[in-house]
Amino acid sequence: MRYWHLVFAFAAVFVVGTSAYSPFAADWWLPGGPGPDYTHSVSTFGKKIDSLYILILIITGVVFIGTQIALVWATYKFADTGPNRVAQYFHGSQRLEVIWTIIPAAILVFIALYQMGTWSDIKFRTAAPRVQPIAEITARQFQWVMRYAGADGKLNTPDDVQLVNDLHFVKDRPALIYLKSGDVQHSFFLPQMRIKQDAVPGLTIPVWFDADRSGHYELVCAELCGWGHYKMRGNVTVHDTQVQYDDWMTSEIRKQSQDQLVSAPATGSSGN
Amino acid sequence: MSTEHTANGHGNGHGPVAADHGHDDHIHPAPTNFLKKYVFSEDHKVIGIQFLFSGLIFFVVGGLLALAIRWQLAWPWSPIPILSQALWSEQGYRMPPEFYNKLFTMHGSVMIFFVIIPLLTGAFGNYLIPLMIGARDMAFPKLNMFSYWFMWPAFIMMTYSFQVGATDFGWTAYPSGTVFHEASPGSQTGQTLWLGGLLFAGISSLMGSINYITTIIMLRAPGMKMFRMPMTVWAMFITALLQAFALPVLTSALAMQLLDRTVGTNFFVPANWSVGNGPVRVGGGQTLLWQHLFWFYSHPAVYIMILPAMGVVSDVISTFSRKPLFGYKPMVFAIAAIAGLGFIVWGHHMFQSGMNPALGATFMLSTMMIALPSAIKVFNWLGTMWGGKIQFTAAMLNAMAFVSMFIIGGLSGIFMAATPVDMHIHDTYFIVAHIHYVLFGGSTFGIFAAIYYWFPKMFGRMMDERLGKIHFFFSFIFFNGTFFLMHIIGMHGHPRRIADPTVYEYLRTTGTLAMNQFMTINALLLGATQLIFAFNFLYSLVAGPKAPNNPWNANSLEWTIESPPPHYNFATLPHVYHAAYEFSLPNADKDFLPQTEPRPLESEPLDPVMA
Repeated sequence: MRYWHLVFAFAAVFVVGTSAYSPFAADWWLPGGPGPDYTHSVSTFGKKIDSLYILILIITGVVFIGTQIALVWATYKFADTGPNRVAQYFHGSQRLEVIWTIIPAAILVFIALYQMGTWSDIKFRTAAPRVQPIAEITARQFQWVMRYAGADGKLNTPDDVQLVNDLHFVKDRPALIYLKSGDVQHSFFLPQMRIKQDAVPGLTIPVWFDADRSGHYELVCAELCGWGHYKMRGNVTVHDTQVQYDDWMTSEIRKQSQDQLVSAPATGSSGN
Repeated sequence: MSTEHTANGHGNGHGPVAADHGHDDHIHPAPTNFLKKYVFSEDHKVIGIQFLFSGLIFFVVGGLLALAIRWQLAWPWSPIPILSQALWSEQGYRMPPEFYNKLFTMHGSVMIFFVIIPLLTGAFGNYLIPLMIGARDMAFPKLNMFSYWFMWPAFIMMTYSFQVGATDFGWTAYPSGTVFHEASPGSQTGQTLWLGGLLFAGISSLMGSINYITTIIMLRAPGMKMFRMPMTVWAMFITALLQAFALPVLTSALAMQLLDRTVGTNFFVPANWSVGNGPVRVGGGQTLLWQHLFWFYSHPAVYIMILPAMGVVSDVISTFSRKPLFGYKPMVFAIAAIAGLGFIVWGHHMFQSGMNPALGATFMLSTMMIALPSAIKVFNWLGTMWGGKIQFTAAMLNAMAFVSMFIIGGLSGIFMAATPVDMHIHDTYFIVAHIHYVLFGGSTFGIFAAIYYWFPKMFGRMMDERLGKIHFFFSFIFFNGTFFLMHIIGMHGHPRRIADPTVYEYLRTTGTLAMNQFMTINALLLGATQLIFAFNFLYSLVAGPKAPNNPWNANSLEWTIESPPPHYNFATLPHVYHAAYEFSLPNADKDFLPQTEPRPLESEPLDPVMA
């Protein structure tokens, strides 16, 4: 009866404790944990997003701890301990109302304005990198159909290469794709690059991202798209250099022409 | 509104408040026929209890669906006790993936449309509004009866849809998956039944909200000025306004999707579109249109699900802190601000949807600002407890849990309001954590508080306080164990609505797997804890000790009459002298002052801004 404040304190400690521990867990890589590998987000935007996340975590963490301490303290201090305890009779304080309206309002406006630039850099179409798109990606139940620009570096030419669930791009270079849906809604999600964009039936949406470290990553479908949604997974390969990417592309082109026995040799007309 | 009154106590001369057709003169006799008394009743109290029982039954259904979801996430494809034997003995006891989609779709639909909204507005709105404002019934008793019975076609359609293959495209029902029958097994008859069911549930809510608004405006007892109404009534009033203005939009959207599915209109079908090798439809519509229309209702719906609980919690905390509510009027304005801003934040569900990102930035700003009135409410609740004399009843503990957990649910909202951070956590378990901290940590603890608090009034018997506290203790612990780690795996990128996280390498790690299992074990224990509540509720219903009129020494009008209240509630209409929060007046002989008793002459006038 007298110890109810401990229950509320326990919940708060659990919340703070698990949050503080999680970046140190063995398989943790978000956001910016201290482990040797996968220690940070691998993209430029990802780092901005992570630092914003940490900023908000600090602000909300302070508010959380403060309000929980107030709650636990009030629960302990003002418990009904017998007839001697008398509740105070007051209806509020204008001064306090003003204070706790203005300060949170200022903090919220600050957060809102502070992150506006990051958002526009990542999503506003005017911020799209001035590069040729590497691929047009069409999400279908339950696969990612990727149509690469091929040897000429241009989309919608006869030398386009079509692959499934296999995204390739080059390190330290902005990669631009056009995202489409072939049937229902899907969502293009690169967790390690913190990029997410829904693929919407009837729309073509440009998406851009980069990575500062080569390797293998994963592409996730983040929007429910039917019974096979959970397995709509794609492989992501980030190449170290453009040469490696071109080699890979050449081998894919060769494979495609062998597989399909179509007479679509790399024209190379653009000399790219 | 006229506040002058004569002292004859006969409801005359009170301006527009209650002078209409001489309530005192003709109290309708109670119906004697069983059907009219208990089934097709026009009595707001019976209708409220009907909503309460059907809501609690569907709470069990929705909860069991949730446990099956959790089982699959912790131990993917392993046989689920009972369910696997019953349904999939021929498929090696494995749950088919589309069944998993049905589980979370129906869990969300049932919990939102059949449990939380009907329990808060249907059950407690109906039961409490007339009692707390001193009216004898709702303004439109027959409409009130219809509002309950319109839920039944919805109950039947949704329940029956399990038989024919329930819908599996999420409770948000995004096209084009829901419009094209070929998109998934649940997009056939199941989706049509879902749309039909929601139409009925929506019409039921609309009828209820019109009734609440009219009743609160027209039928307040003499002296019950708007700014003397308990917070519960204020919250119900503002919720009803939200429903009245937002629901027509959802209703039209549901009708449009139904037409798209049945007669071949193309509101949500893009040009020349086909799904799953089905026939090509001429199209010309927009799938994003659905999202706008759906969220124009469904974001306010989140507030429809939390505002009444905020009202309840305000009343419960003030009563059991034996202290006036801190900042009564700011609390009312905060609720009104949440409701107002609630209409211009729907786009935050669509930050990654392909909607113009510049529009996203404006929705981000309004979403940030809606955190402000929520914060003000939290500070006021803490201020109410501060300096009080806190009595730890089961109702109070649940109300405090609301405050404590709503802080988490509110603060996590700031992460997703920040559009860049939302890019990463959108459609992950972070969102699932947030919604459950608001709707379970908030609304459901609020519902528990309301049940513990008003059960004696509703049924004339007391619930067992000891069992109530045990139920609270384990619910609170296991609730946090179930839902908090969802934030962490969500930030780790764990998508929601996937049947098997181990498909992904980055989720096939010991930490994520262990956390999923930990959450599932807590969810099972959380479910088991509710058996204590069920036992307490049912046992107290028949064998609880008789409840006095005012077991909690509270001030609002419902506690001035017998438990349970007689037919037509008030033999003579009460006269109200002040708001319901006059606790612990100095130099008074008791620590509460019912609204029907004037404040002592020597006491100082109330603060016009705060009280």
